[in-house]
Amino acid sequence: MGALYKQNDCEEHKKMIAFLDHLGKNTRTSFTKLGRGTFFLLQTLSGILSVLIRPRLLFNQMYSVGVLSFLIITISGLFVGMVLGLQGYYILSDFGAEETLGVMVAASLVRELGPVVAALLFAGRAGSALTAEIGLMKATEQLSGMEMMAVDPIKRIITPRFLAGLLSMPLLAGLFSAIGIIGGQMVGAGLLGVDEGAYWSQMQANLDFQDDIINGVIKSIVFGFVASWIALFEGYDAIPTSEGVSRATTRTVVNSAFSILGLDFILTALMFGDN
Amino acid sequence: MDNSVLPQNSLISVKNLSFSRGNKKIFDDISLEFERGKITAIMGPSGTGKTTLLKLIGGQLFPEQGTISVDGNNVHRLRRSELYNLRKRMGMLFQSGALLTGMSVFDNVAFPLREHTHLPESMIRTLVLMKLQAVGLRGARDLMPNELSGGMARRIALARAIALDPMMIMYDEPFTGQDPISKGALVQLIKSLNNILKLTSIIVSHDVLETAAIADYIYVISEGKVVGQGRPEDIEQSESDWVQQFMTGAADGPVHFHYPAKDYVDDLLSTGKRYG
Ligand SMILES: Nc1ncnc2c1ncn2[C@@H]1O[C@H](COP(=O)(O)OP(=O)(O)OP(=O)(O)O)[C@@H](O)[C@H]1O
Ligand SMILES: [Mg+2]
Repeated sequence: MGALYKQNDCEEHKKMIAFLDHLGKNTRTSFTKLGRGTFFLLQTLSGILSVLIRPRLLFNQMYSVGVLSFLIITISGLFVGMVLGLQGYYILSDFGAEETLGVMVAASLVRELGPVVAALLFAGRAGSALTAEIGLMKATEQLSGMEMMAVDPIKRIITPRFLAGLLSMPLLAGLFSAIGIIGGQMVGAGLLGVDEGAYWSQMQANLDFQDDIINGVIKSIVFGFVASWIALFEGYDAIPTSEGVSRATTRTVVNSAFSILGLDFILTALMFGDN
Repeated sequence: MDNSVLPQNSLISVKNLSFSRGNKKIFDDISLEFERGKITAIMGPSGTGKTTLLKLIGGQLFPEQGTISVDGNNVHRLRRSELYNLRKRMGMLFQSGALLTGMSVFDNVAFPLREHTHLPESMIRTLVLMKLQAVGLRGARDLMPNELSGGMARRIALARAIALDPMMIMYDEPFTGQDPISKGALVQLIKSLNNILKLTSIIVSHDVLETAAIADYIYVISEGKVVGQGRPEDIEQSESDWVQQFMTGAADGPVHFHYPAKDYVDDLLSTGKRYG
């Protein structure tokens, strides 16, 4: 009996040690990765000046990020707006407040859904493509080749893409919200008979430029920063094989989604906490 | 100095270099000299670290011990901007070509010129077409890298490597993937580039015949050591078993074709862990 207990103890003990060992190793890899990521970010930021001298690099990248994301953002914005119109109408009409549908649709989009959903779509569409592109450039020695030609791959390749992501995000979020508001109007005013004049005028009267629009833009800039950073770093840090690149692409989508949603909570608490 | 090449005339000198990957010692205290204006070949079995040596010379990897100097500069002591200035004068031809996949052949060759010079576009066009003509692929200027064969990609990469008229070129396996005709042309090309542009060339290769035909000096490396060196004719006469095996291509000898493993018969007869 005693021996049995002892053996059990021993097993437990071993499991515990293995668990701690595992935890320790994982924590250490996460921290070293965070360190590498931070260093990478600093290097990327240090290239901003050289990109501003050659704005064509930036415009080309903004164009390709825009082309990648335009369709998915427009279509998703339209559907999200239409659903908001429907759901909003059902709730508001119970209180006889369907005139304020415009406010509800616009505030939800500008404050939350525009920045968040556009950023999630951006991460899934443009972010994963960036990771794959950079990862493949690494795997096929294009980045090392560039270094041997005395061209800094971070400044030449990474920084323009980073800035493009950062600057495109507010534009894409704005597009998403604008199309969503039109979608809400189509359903609310077009199908369900909310007064069209009221939809727009209530929206104008009750949306606050500072509280709603500026805060929404700040959110989307933060999300653009984080999503571009994650996408580019995962590509740059990928194991240079086809399998390594495909894993990195998956990590980009997962990590961006977590970061965007987590940051959204923090930013919302900071921005709208006091009303 | 037990080296037969005069060090004062060498452009690149590697002294007492040691380098490891993980636990594996790739170089164990080796010294090599690369004479100015000459073609020096590095030969050795696959996986001995020939590519690694080129990356060490280019300053992309750091040695554990020893120094590498290029044109009087200690590569690993230079500041970043100095290293980049030195690299503008070093051409490197990667084993895979390493062309930028997002741009056409023309833009690939123009890339170093556009990055490092302020030449007008008309001048760049002329230079690019001249370099492409030199490698026989002027007609391929509008193709994208994914439309090239491996051998063509290597030649385009060569055109790009000479775009800035460097003082030296490092060729990593230039002959693999070339058909006999373009192989012959490439041998001539490397030779004439070397003579006309007064380049210093380092060729890493397994192709004994082609390399011996143009090299002025050959180093044979195996398992982290220089196992033979000399002019091609000396190497062919060499009494070292290592060198003889390599030059004649025998599968067994001091260098083993097989990766270390347990006895073949035992391995086949044993049932393997899964069933045991
Ligand atoms: N990034 C790396 N990480 C760990 N080990 C590596 C790495 N790159 C190369 N190696 C190891 O270093 C050794 C030398 O590699 P290297 O590519 O220099 O060989 P090589 O002589 O060029 O071979 P080949 O003729 O086949 O091109 C090999 O054993 C390889 O396994
Ligand atoms: Mg190699």
